[in-house]
Amino acid sequence: MLTESTSNLLIDDLEAPPLTLKKLAWKRFTRHKMAMVGGLFLILLILYSFGGSLFVEEKYANLTNPPIRLSPPSLQHPFGTDTVGRDVLARTIYGGQISMIIGILAVIIETSLGILIGAVAGYYGGKIDSLLMRFTEAMLNIPEIFLLIVMAKFFGNKIPNLTLLGRTFSGSVVVIVVIIGLTSWMYLARIVRAEFLSIKENDFILAAKATGTSNGEIIIRHILPNSIAPIIVSATLGVANAILAEAYISFLGLGVQPPTATWGNMLDGANNYIESAPWLWFFPGLLILLTVLSINFLGDGLRDAIDPHSRAI
Amino acid sequence: MDNTPLVIVDKLKKYFPISKGLLFQKQTGFVKAVDGVSFVIFHGETLGLVGESGCGKTTVGRTILGLYPITEGRVVIENFDVAKAKGVELHQLRQKAQMIFQDPYASLNPRWTVSAIISEPIRVHHLVQSETEKTERVKELMQLVGLSPRLINRFPHEFSGGQRQRIGIARALASQPDFIVCDEPISALDVSIQAQVVNLLEDLQDRFQLTYLFIAHDLSMVRHICDRVAVMYLGAIVESADKDELYEHPLHPYTNALLSAVPIPDPKKDRNRQRIILTGDVPSPINPPSGCRFHTRCPIAKPHCKEITPEFREVGSNHWVACHEIA
Repeated sequence: MLTESTSNLLIDDLEAPPLTLKKLAWKRFTRHKMAMVGGLFLILLILYSFGGSLFVEEKYANLTNPPIRLSPPSLQHPFGTDTVGRDVLARTIYGGQISMIIGILAVIIETSLGILIGAVAGYYGGKIDSLLMRFTEAMLNIPEIFLLIVMAKFFGNKIPNLTLLGRTFSGSVVVIVVIIGLTSWMYLARIVRAEFLSIKENDFILAAKATGTSNGEIIIRHILPNSIAPIIVSATLGVANAILAEAYISFLGLGVQPPTATWGNMLDGANNYIESAPWLWFFPGLLILLTVLSINFLGDGLRDAIDPHSRAI
Repeated sequence: MDNTPLVIVDKLKKYFPISKGLLFQKQTGFVKAVDGVSFVIFHGETLGLVGESGCGKTTVGRTILGLYPITEGRVVIENFDVAKAKGVELHQLRQKAQMIFQDPYASLNPRWTVSAIISEPIRVHHLVQSETEKTERVKELMQLVGLSPRLINRFPHEFSGGQRQRIGIARALASQPDFIVCDEPISALDVSIQAQVVNLLEDLQDRFQLTYLFIAHDLSMVRHICDRVAVMYLGAIVESADKDELYEHPLHPYTNALLSAVPIPDPKKDRNRQRIILTGDVPSPINPPSGCRFHTRCPIAKPHCKEITPEFREVGSNHWVACHEIA
């Protein structure tokens, strides 16, 4: 039987349950004004790209009409028309979808690779760690833009068009997603490794080992949830970087191939009309700028909100 | 308590390699954290392991559970040879031998609820059939250690140090072990809470016939909870005996010095006793002294102590000591 001293203990009556970590994080996030503005703009931009397709049919984005080429913004074409007479408004809507999808898919690849390599290196240490980290450093030493251009040029036209949900996409979308993902995981891998190195020394990991929990489970259930904060922040900012990366290789003509529009390849060729037809670069450029800025502000807010060391409420 | 040993540790050694160099690492030596430790723990018994900081107590506890690879020697827990156990056998051993940690803050995953923490061993060892059964078991364990089952979905940071230590104890009990290594389970707690946790550990021992290896540096607490006590110095056991024998008739000069440092809650007695103050520091375990490891600080050391390593031998009934100068 339990003695009295132990059985009478700790029948505490905390009426209001204290805030959970998630509630605390949300509270901190909502106090971050720029992050809230960024989040709001991002929602608007997503509504614009994905909701816009309800009002403008896809065929307008690809309908060429040479007689009205390079016409300035008007009621008929609020954002003007491009060099072959396509409606810029429709193209920014459908191009935005592709740009955002590229950003998100590339980040999924980037984050999966970064977590996998960082986690294995950090958890197992020793030779595996040295090997993986030297590989990571080698990848970091190759200028990313150079890698992107070479890989885009090499794989660019090798994948046939695909049809998804009744729409046709240029195969180059897949290529761009994969190469952006493959060239951007290194920073995340290093962050994840550093987190794993410090978290694995905690007693609760030793306790899990003493319990007989398997290594895989320790990595996924114990350490990963404790290092999720920097991963979320990095992934958020990664979306912005992927959208930018797509924009600049598309601008060089190596990215997503026509007829599929993206904000990036809409800029391609617009440099010849900087003064004569500013609407060609202004609208896609503005949308890229707004998206990247919003995501960066959002990422900043997230960083402050979910950092467990941040004590402020 | 009966007389069959549950845990046998035979000449256990644990060396940690030290390596130098940034790029091409080479081993330059070893930290001899545990250097030839032998003891047995009988069923239902509590063996106290005492010694100053850095003498290798914690390493002994972790090595005998196989959390560190064994450098040399043999550890047998309930017919499981720890050094050789692999796969299924190791998994079974993990269920039978558990650990309670010193730091109640670092030993609980901050992202897990109490329910997830306590049910981890139940889940890993497939001890229940259904989710509801698991929840019932967790609540039962919480009650057992004096926590309200209503707190089942709370996170560790919502608890005090003593409560967290109770969560750690509940987790250790969850797999229904026979043997628990208590690695300084009370030294991070306030004195008032220490007594509660010690009483809890004693109650649980009576109830489930548990066997403890109780690692501590608080000698008075060890006397309270343990049946036998082993004293460690610099990676080796220098003396072991039943607790009353050890506290009443300490033989080894190091044990004497340790016991003379225990505060006596009686000023009159305290004034009259002699404090033995050892000179110098604990030598480095990388390069321990030759012969008797204690000779550098020993008040009764003779020249031959420097050369010959004293044997750990029985000098009285169940009273073992490693010293040349004890008849």
